[in-house]
Amino acid sequence: MRLRNVWISTLGLALAATVVACGGNKEAASTSTPEAGATAAGQKVDPATAGDVKGTVTVDGAVPKNEPIKMNADPVCMKANKDPQFQETYMVGADGKALGNVFVYVKDGLGNYVFDAPTDSAKIDQQNCRYHPHVFGMRVGQKLEIVNSDPTMHNIHALPKTNGEFNTAEPMPMKTDHVFNTKEVMVPFKCDVHGWMNAYVGVMDNPYYAVTDKDGKFELKGLPPGTYTIEAWHEKLGTTTQSVTLAAKESKEVSFTFKSTGASATN
Amino acid sequence: MLHRFATFVAGCTILLVLAGSLVTSTASGLSVPDWPTTYGWNMFTFPPEHWVGGILYEHGHRLIASTVGFLTIILAAWLWRAEPRRWVRWLGVAALGAVIAQGILGGITVLFFLPAAISTAHAGLAEIFFCMTVAIALFTSTAWIRGYGSIEADDAMLRRVATTTTVLIYTQILIGATMRHTGAGLAIPDFPLMFGHLLPTHWDPKIAIHFAHRVGALVVTLAIIATSAHIFYHHRGRRELTRPAALILALVAVQVTLGALTVLSRRDVSINSAHVVVGALVLATSLVITLRSWRTALTAVGTELARPPVVGGASSAPTQIPVSQRGARA
Repeated sequence: MRLRNVWISTLGLALAATVVACGGNKEAASTSTPEAGATAAGQKVDPATAGDVKGTVTVDGAVPKNEPIKMNADPVCMKANKDPQFQETYMVGADGKALGNVFVYVKDGLGNYVFDAPTDSAKIDQQNCRYHPHVFGMRVGQKLEIVNSDPTMHNIHALPKTNGEFNTAEPMPMKTDHVFNTKEVMVPFKCDVHGWMNAYVGVMDNPYYAVTDKDGKFELKGLPPGTYTIEAWHEKLGTTTQSVTLAAKESKEVSFTFKSTGASATN
Repeated sequence: MLHRFATFVAGCTILLVLAGSLVTSTASGLSVPDWPTTYGWNMFTFPPEHWVGGILYEHGHRLIASTVGFLTIILAAWLWRAEPRRWVRWLGVAALGAVIAQGILGGITVLFFLPAAISTAHAGLAEIFFCMTVAIALFTSTAWIRGYGSIEADDAMLRRVATTTTVLIYTQILIGATMRHTGAGLAIPDFPLMFGHLLPTHWDPKIAIHFAHRVGALVVTLAIIATSAHIFYHHRGRRELTRPAALILALVAVQVTLGALTVLSRRDVSINSAHVVVGALVLATSLVITLRSWRTALTAVGTELARPPVVGGASSAPTQIPVSQRGARA
């Protein structure tokens, strides 16, 4: 009889706990609804009023030489790269000032604008024992295709601070996917097999980002009118920001200049 | 024969320490992302043509570790079958347990992207396992079994100094491993000064770890000098003590030099790795001095630890040898 009472009490407690738990869930769901509503009510960019920000990134001062790379640890890399090889840290134009491989993006000012999720994939290729591209951007939730085109082994090791770290074997040939769930500027990649291989990705929650070309040029297209903080990021020289106010259909030129105290010219 | 095999295992273990130090020095620890497989292959069938770049170091380390593990299984089985002293048999079992735990720690640290705590524990257990193999080699040697001298040769002061020195060296190695696995090797970039001064001008956790390792080097060097000086002053005639005492003085001189060169060369791979290996040799040499310093005392108290094995049997019951007889044998 006593045992039966214990069973009944236990069942009663379990039922009560279930009711409380279900009630809790309901409360949580109702709390999250306004957030979903806010997202749904987010403003879409009107292409008719959108403008552009173009510009150039330069470096002021002597830029250090890129570090030489010895690829003799892997015959495949040696064969693919017969000329002297250097790191891609500083990509300086012929004028000695234009700075490539700088990630330029809208850091702040987009308010409650919402953007369609990208349908295409971003891609990073391990080719000739280098990452291609060295610096690039992609969106939160977008698929990143990781390709190994080399006839040798690689690993791709991401070292994010807010997203989850991962280290994936890349036997040859290989294609894997990864999705970042949180905005993060920048996520470094490295190959632990070939210590010189590194790359950086800016994971963005908006589509307004670009990487400067060898002439230091970039373009952010389709920005709605507003005042924005635009940041330029370089893997060694750090970051620099500017505030830009854009009227409807306006196109503005912006220049960023990094200071360098390096001792000698680049390769 | 058993002693020779145990010595061989200890020799292989120092090679394993070298292989491990090369993995860290070349930053190759994550070049093989999976474990216990290697790029999906069974570790032992991974084709040699793919042993390139960091894979060569990491995969090589795994293969050498597997070999040492296999040798340790043989050693433990051999001890279990042939060694009459129960505690030596169990030491073999403990060494086997240590090498298995070490392998698992190595796997975990790879799968969790080299967390400093696990990598440091891996380094610390490596030294303990190495000490175990050295101790087994020592305990199975004829000289140990016979004893090193008369009871009067026991020196309580030497026991204290030598034991303290060994503990200090191990502590210093743990600090060094922490420095290595937290990336603090160049937190103080100059030597012998620190940021151009006698003491660091600013502090952060990495600088503190690096500074502790430098202070530790000073303390350990003084302790080794004290132990060796004591041996040369009080036990000049005991070669089993003077020889390792001379060796450890030479090793610590090399070790301090390698430590300085590691900083000055910006962590050159060869120098950095040699620093780890010589550190293990300093610890092992100090351990040998310590154990030998205890041997006579253990003879004196007649504990099982010092009793010679029973010839022709695996019984754990030791032969009772009168104290006077043991003294005479020595």
